[in-house]
Amino acid sequence: MSSYQLNPELWSDDVPQEPIRAGFGRGLKAAGETNDKVVALCADLTDSTQMSLFKEAFPNRFIEMGIAEQNLVTVASGLARAGKVPFVSSYASFSPGRNWEQIRTTIALNNQPVKVVGSHAGISVGPDGATHQMLEDIAIMRVMPNMIVIAPGDSIEAEKATRAMAENNLPTYIRLAREKTPIFSTPDSPFEIGKAYVLRDGTDVTLMGTGTMTYQLLAAATSLAEQGIEAEVVHVPTVKPLDEETLLASIKKTGRAVSAEEAQIVGGLGGAVAELLGEKLPTPLKRLGMQDRFGESGKPDELIDYFGLTGAKIAETVAKFVHDTPQYHQQY
Amino acid sequence: MGGQLTISQLQQKANDIREDIISMLEAAGSGHSAGPLDLADILTALYFNIMNIDPKNPEWEDRDLFFLSNGHTIPVQYAAMAEAGYFDKEELLTLRKFGSRLQGHPERERLPGLENTSGPLGEGLSQAAGYAYSLQYLDNQLHRFVYVVMGDGELDEGNIWEAAMFAGKYKLSQLIAFVDRNNIQIDGSTEDVMPLEDLRGKWESFGWHVLEIDGHNIESIIDAVSTGRAITNRPTVIIAHTIPGKGVPFMEYDYHWHGVAPNSDQAKEALAKLRTLDGKIAHEGQGI
Repeated sequence: MSSYQLNPELWSDDVPQEPIRAGFGRGLKAAGETNDKVVALCADLTDSTQMSLFKEAFPNRFIEMGIAEQNLVTVASGLARAGKVPFVSSYASFSPGRNWEQIRTTIALNNQPVKVVGSHAGISVGPDGATHQMLEDIAIMRVMPNMIVIAPGDSIEAEKATRAMAENNLPTYIRLAREKTPIFSTPDSPFEIGKAYVLRDGTDVTLMGTGTMTYQLLAAATSLAEQGIEAEVVHVPTVKPLDEETLLASIKKTGRAVSAEEAQIVGGLGGAVAELLGEKLPTPLKRLGMQDRFGESGKPDELIDYFGLTGAKIAETVAKFVHDTPQYHQQY
Repeated sequence: MGGQLTISQLQQKANDIREDIISMLEAAGSGHSAGPLDLADILTALYFNIMNIDPKNPEWEDRDLFFLSNGHTIPVQYAAMAEAGYFDKEELLTLRKFGSRLQGHPERERLPGLENTSGPLGEGLSQAAGYAYSLQYLDNQLHRFVYVVMGDGELDEGNIWEAAMFAGKYKLSQLIAFVDRNNIQIDGSTEDVMPLEDLRGKWESFGWHVLEIDGHNIESIIDAVSTGRAITNRPTVIIAHTIPGKGVPFMEYDYHWHGVAPNSDQAKEALAKLRTLDGKIAHEGQGI
């Protein structure tokens, strides 16, 4: 049974909303207060990536890097060698988009606790279009040995995740969204790197979401319940390492699996779940997210709807999936 | 380590390191010859005269730092480290072999004394600059210095110039960089593949103090570093003019030896040449 306390105002008309990156900004400042080794580096996007709070509080521990993402992460590697805990931020398209090899060699293989912060990830970036809508970051970071990959679901969780990664002493990637996202968690909700959380109990299908998609899955589950389908919703803020135990326990129970992400399903959460189920619990799986194509310009809501990722669209897809697909139970 | 060895002893040490390099590469059966041989004098000056280090305590918190950016020249650093006492010289012959701490390109976590992991070019200057930034702005440790060696072909990489701009902006005066100006890269001469000149002008325009030296003259290397350490408002780059394959006549100036190891006959010939050089250097070195 889920013991996760959802925000009591979640389904009210004026549910609090905030960009996930705002929680990162608060978390980084808080991490800086408790750990004087924390330093922040930014590639000319200090306000956009919400590093400005840290910069105001600790001007001597903030380093402006200019528009130079390769140097951003490699300087951070050197700072980590000198005992610092560097957070490096840019848009996810550029970091880790442009500097993947530098991250691979000087941070992951070199095993330095640099924290790569990819802001403005996903199609909800909106009007800027495909170049700036990073969709491949989960895949390219997840494939890298030694790298932790986190995509918090709301701003409150982003704050907790940021504080946790400041102390984990490992190379870590965190993915942030630009637009306001409804807040489903509370300050008392649990967050631990590597843990997935059952937010809603169900028996017919397991819906697994990461980042902004978890809220949409909760909305979809509410609508599915009205049609007599009980969906279990599992929030997966850490894509790597995947909380296999929690996911397998849920899927064993429901016999059907759905993943959702604002990213390429190839190599993303969908890829990770497919790998897990293929090896350990073959189960029918529907992967929602970007289906091997780039995004395009539009309003964030418009794009989320077009790509079938609103609660309502997800509910439609899941209802059909449940209707067409027998549950696979315990025969393995 | 500072200053116990005379110049002639340092020259002898550089020659020992060259012999180690040939033996290592022969045993490995693959690897790079030209760059490691031409860097032997610079690495000797750093490990046996310039750097404040303790080979028995590689993580000593007051140490100077050495970052190798062109990781393919690692045999020279392994040899210098072994000669300095970081580990036994016998281990040099495990270079590139399965289970060895001496990976084909250096991996920091495998061998105490390495400060970085490198191989993909263009990344060492940034890592050194990050450390130097920490010393200057975060740790208030103004007596420690960060040395980095880059290849010249490596300067084709954009990452290098991002780092050069960064170090210039922040006036990282504890950062002292070497460019191994041997004029070769895999596809031929640097000026044919992708011209680097005006190299001095490039670095100067990025805010660096530039010195040009004979990269095989150990006194010049020590003097240049001494000048660099005295300059407190800019990073220093030492363009060290070197002869690729230095010390082994049939390898010198020939870019084909960039990424090739000697076979056993070639190694025998190279070692014979280097041993002849032993006596000569010792003789010339008298009286210094």
